Amino acid sequence: MKALKAQLKLRAQRQTKLMRALRKSLELKARANRTAGIRQGDILAFTTLRNELVRLPYFLDYYRAQGVRHFLMVDNGSDDGTTEYLEGQKDVSLWVTGASYKASCFGVDWLNHLQWRYGAGHWTLVVDVDEFLVYPFCDTRPLHALTDWLESQGRRSFSAMLLDMYPKGPVTAHPYASGQNPFEIARWFDACNYSIKRNGKLQNLWIQGGVRARAFHGDRPEQAPALNKTPLVHWSRKYAYVSSTHMLLPRGLNKVYDDNGGEQASGVLLHAKFLDTIVAKAREELVRGQHYAGSREYVAYDRGLQDQGDLWCDFSTEYINWRQLEILGLMSKGDWA
Amino acid sequence: MNTALRPAPAAGTSSLGIVMLCHTALHRAAQVARFWLAADCPVVIHVDRAVSDAQMDAFRQDLGDHPLLRFSPRFRCEWGTWPIVAATQAASEQMLQEFAQVEHVLLTSGACIPLRPAAELLDWLDTRRDVDFIESVSIEHAPWIKGGLSEERFTLYFPLSWKRHKWAFDMLVDLQRRFGIGRDVPRPLQPHMGSQWWCLSRKTLQGILNHPKRARYDRYFKGTWIPDESYFQTMVRMVSDRIESRSLTLVKFDRNGRPNLFYDDHLQLLRRSDCFVARKLWPDAQGLYDFFLSDQPARETPIDPQPAKIDRYFELAAKQRSDGRAGLYMQSRFPLDDTATAKTAAPYSVFCGFQQLFRNFDFWLGQTANCRVHGHVFAPEKVEFHGGAKVYHGAISNSAALRDYNPRMFLANLIWATRGERQCFSYNSRDTMTSDLNWFMATDRNAQISVISGCFILPLFRGEYKVDDVLGHIGWLQRREQDFIAILQSKWAAADIRVWTLAEFLEDPQRYLSQTVGAAFPDVGPAALTGLPEILSLDGFDEYLAHLRNLGLPPVLLQDYKR
Repeated sequence: MKALKAQLKLRAQRQTKLMRALRKSLELKARANRTAGIRQGDILAFTTLRNELVRLPYFLDYYRAQGVRHFLMVDNGSDDGTTEYLEGQKDVSLWVTGASYKASCFGVDWLNHLQWRYGAGHWTLVVDVDEFLVYPFCDTRPLHALTDWLESQGRRSFSAMLLDMYPKGPVTAHPYASGQNPFEIARWFDACNYSIKRNGKLQNLWIQGGVRARAFHGDRPEQAPALNKTPLVHWSRKYAYVSSTHMLLPRGLNKVYDDNGGEQASGVLLHAKFLDTIVAKAREELVRGQHYAGSREYVAYDRGLQDQGDLWCDFSTEYINWRQLEILGLMSKGDWA
Repeated sequence: MNTALRPAPAAGTSSLGIVMLCHTALHRAAQVARFWLAADCPVVIHVDRAVSDAQMDAFRQDLGDHPLLRFSPRFRCEWGTWPIVAATQAASEQMLQEFAQVEHVLLTSGACIPLRPAAELLDWLDTRRDVDFIESVSIEHAPWIKGGLSEERFTLYFPLSWKRHKWAFDMLVDLQRRFGIGRDVPRPLQPHMGSQWWCLSRKTLQGILNHPKRARYDRYFKGTWIPDESYFQTMVRMVSDRIESRSLTLVKFDRNGRPNLFYDDHLQLLRRSDCFVARKLWPDAQGLYDFFLSDQPARETPIDPQPAKIDRYFELAAKQRSDGRAGLYMQSRFPLDDTATAKTAAPYSVFCGFQQLFRNFDFWLGQTANCRVHGHVFAPEKVEFHGGAKVYHGAISNSAALRDYNPRMFLANLIWATRGERQCFSYNSRDTMTSDLNWFMATDRNAQISVISGCFILPLFRGEYKVDDVLGHIGWLQRREQDFIAILQSKWAAADIRVWTLAEFLEDPQRYLSQTVGAAFPDVGPAALTGLPEILSLDGFDEYLAHLRNLGLPPVLLQDYKR
């Protein structure tokens, strides 16, 4: 009885989430809708962004090379030419909105709607412009080899934890140039300082740690940002992201881990946050206050990056490739041989 | 591409016929069919009836007309059901009837690819005219069966498709088991099983297809489960006396009994195979199709076949999925407490009380065992990493708050990040000692926990404290140590545990210490262990304990202490 009640509650939560997405979709204005060109079986990427012109060329090319066929993007009030740039891309459908990022659950509502509308039946990838997916064999096999295999295994979702990358020395020392691989600069990461807890209600794992916990949340670890993500999902109209891409409903989609000792296949989202662009971003976000928990993350960056400057430490690890991440135990190929 | 398909002279027809079962990725099947046709091998293709007419037409058009190409009657082949066998029978019959030169028939699928030049296979078969290559293992000796049912495949009724009615299928199996319903295998059939993909000689195949009791046997096999892995495998035993029980087709199954797919990056692995055909390729593995369908395999110097290498590769992957890497906690591996693997990645040593009893115990241990020894990594102020490091391997911070947010992950991380170097640290009741962490270590078979109980008092005894002021504190420390020891002595403890009272330990410190260190570091010789670290003075400790007792706090853990 209790279990049934919990089930019904989750169901209600999911439906609320979907209704909310529908309501929030009124805030979106189609600027370039090229979704008619989407074909069956195409892998679709969904992104919310604001003033990211400098990052876009590399971002789009990275995912095009992996085999993403169409990008569905929500531009939240850019004024640096992002909108115009995206409008000119043949494989991008663009919506614009000036509404509050915060009030749309940090973009989740907008994207839930677009996924509901265009993503059903497709493998959908929800990533920010500073997140770069690395999956097993990504150097030799395209993304749809992975999705084909996941499907054959009866899996609907694929996890890729967020791995914060950072440069050696002050973040401002090496300016990022448009089109450049950000990981030429932000080449380093924390290999083994992650805390994992299980969230009983939604069955997802709650991962915190990495450089952000080490450098900014050493005295308030519970406030360190969540790093667990499930960005790749074989979408259905019944699905909804709950908070960013950390959690999904129905909760079976969150069960991306094996709890009996084995390893499921998983990937990593390399996070190119700590480039010189973050200083201006932190300032802007402080003024806008549109980010999670009163933008406290950005308060911490603004302070932290000024005070100490260097995120690098003696035990930072330099990024090589996915096999390295696999050996370190940050991701796994499971039995995808 | 069709230009390669010039009608071959009938006289050049080779002695190997290819039967191909196709249902998806028909463009790939066409490519492979062309490969065999180019080698003058007759090809009979079965296309699943589920394939639409439009797709079928396109496929036919793609292949064009060829004197050595035939299409066989189409069946709807559902996994694990009889029509797969029926389709194979029909195609084989057609092959034997229409191509008189054919001496061997190779059964392949549309997702198979030849691994070696056709000429090599033809020559090889030429010297083995009457041999039948079919994996045929008696069901009593087939440990590799995946999917639960082995013998029961032959003795129960299976009226439903497992793919479409999983629940009802399982239910029926259960019911039949419960009520002892079953059927007999018609004599003299001896059930055998094996890979679906075979290469049989004309004589044998004819023997099976024209068997006088074929109708009776067919009827029986229609009711078994997965007959495609048992029909020919069983029948062949009655008509052939030259069976080589192995398949010429390389297939690696995953844990669910599905064939693993091959991708471009498997090219070098596939070249090591001793098989002639591989199944099954990912349809977009362009590199593999380009390589194996070209004349490249013929031109390149052959590699020594090492099939064990391929087996090993896929076994490792299967093991990673089922067992994982012990001691790893990550986004896609998060074992519950009662799983079989060790809780941490490598052995480590926990010392309770040693640091308090001996002068510079950590330094002594580091020198003796030649390793880096930490202080109290769970100290309340900060993590006391070796050498006072602020950050350690894996970028683990020395912040106590970060550690205490998730102590067991902190420990698991430390052990994982330093694999290959044994970790040693001190731990006592003054530290952040949660019962969760205590249980974690006590039930971890990688932990070596050595406790000299009661030593937590020594720093207070030596310090300039008035007993009255720290009485409550001592009581608190004692309770914590008692709890810890109770956990260590519980029946669930799996660690390598040694507990002494201080009095016991002082009876022969040399022996106990060398025992402990020797167990952790087998390489350290007894000679190195003879030099005992200095025991700090215990003068006046009796009186101190007596005083404690008189104040109403019996030092339970030290009750046998007398000097």
